[in-house]
Amino acid sequence: MTPARRREQGLVRAYVVTDGRAHPTRNTLDIVTLVNAVTSRPLTGLSPEKRGVMELCRGGALSVAEVAGHLGLPISVVKVLISDLIDSGHIFARAAVPKAQLPDVQLLQEVLDGLRARL
Amino acid sequence: MGSAPASDHAPAPSYPAPSYPTGAPSYVADTVRTAAKILVVGHFAVGKTTFVGTLSEITPLRTEEPLSQAGAHVDDLAGVPDKTTTTVAMDFGRLTLSESLVLYLFGAPGQKRFAQLWTDMLQGALGAVILADTRRLDQSFDVMGLLEEYGMPYAVAVNQFDGAPLFPEEEVREALDLLPETPLVTCDARDAASSTKALIALVEYLQTRPIPDDASAAPSQES
Ligand SMILES: Nc1nc2c(ncn2[C@@H]2O[C@H](COP(=O)(O)OP(=O)(O)O)[C@@H](O)[C@H]2O)c(=O)[nH]1
Ligand SMILES: [Mg+2]
Repeated sequence: MTPARRREQGLVRAYVVTDGRAHPTRNTLDIVTLVNAVTSRPLTGLSPEKRGVMELCRGGALSVAEVAGHLGLPISVVKVLISDLIDSGHIFARAAVPKAQLPDVQLLQEVLDGLRARL
Repeated sequence: MGSAPASDHAPAPSYPAPSYPTGAPSYVADTVRTAAKILVVGHFAVGKTTFVGTLSEITPLRTEEPLSQAGAHVDDLAGVPDKTTTTVAMDFGRLTLSESLVLYLFGAPGQKRFAQLWTDMLQGALGAVILADTRRLDQSFDVMGLLEEYGMPYAVAVNQFDGAPLFPEEEVREALDLLPETPLVTCDARDAASSTKALIALVEYLQTRPIPDDASAAPSQES
């Protein structure tokens, strides 16, 4: 087997902080935020990429990550596209359960129950 | 699907008439109100893609994320040739756990230079399963340190590869310097029940932990 590890503190925190400062963005979308297209909105003036998002999201809800996967775009790019589309009223975020209304304990129990049911 | 499978280990595609290279999208049920996520991490070829593919009910998707070139990363990338095409792949899949709840699994390597990807993955995640291989446990140290830095709880699942030596749990714990409470399980990433049990071990462990004030568990959602 491999030599034992020594628990050590790295410099990751610094990376995160620096990165946060380097990208001050209104974009607070989570990669599992579920999004839908507002089908009544006209697509006039939207870039081809944004039209692509709209077309994909017309059929139902997908997470931000799934939108990226289907469109073959990086998540970082899709987050910006979707943020813009939310601002312009083309996309709405679904499955919004504020943290306070769904305590961790309850969420964890639901996850556990769901996993156990699969066995 | 026909072309460009989302991963080498994706289950057989089940979608008709794909209009996307990834196959026709499988939408989240209208009744779903919460999306949770768990990370599946570990070094190269440890079984992340396999694990996600085994459990996902959708054909797993993959994204290629360019490495951020801002701020702290510049130094890091200085020695990387052809930096503009440097990307890191992330595999992910989805499990519907109830009428109102879906769970996403994100598989990605744990390396410090993928900071933006890490931030995206870690934000709001319930916890992580670290896949490990007893033939090269030392390669798990990076990702363990990274998760510890972020305060992200994890369980370790030893992926028992054919021909890999079996070690007593105590030896693995010692080699990885695991905390006594950290779950350590063995699993076969190719097997759904076995992989599900690894997730269950993680969630049972999460239940024993004190709830942080600004709980990062439920993903923040817009509006
Ligand atoms: N015997 C065995 N092989 C596995 C297991 N998990 C993955 N593999 C194989 O190991 C290789 C690498 O797995 P992969 O999922 O691509 O690793 P990744 O790089 O972490 O995504 C593949 O050939 C898998 O079929 C396992 O649990 N047992
Ligand atoms: Mg992989």
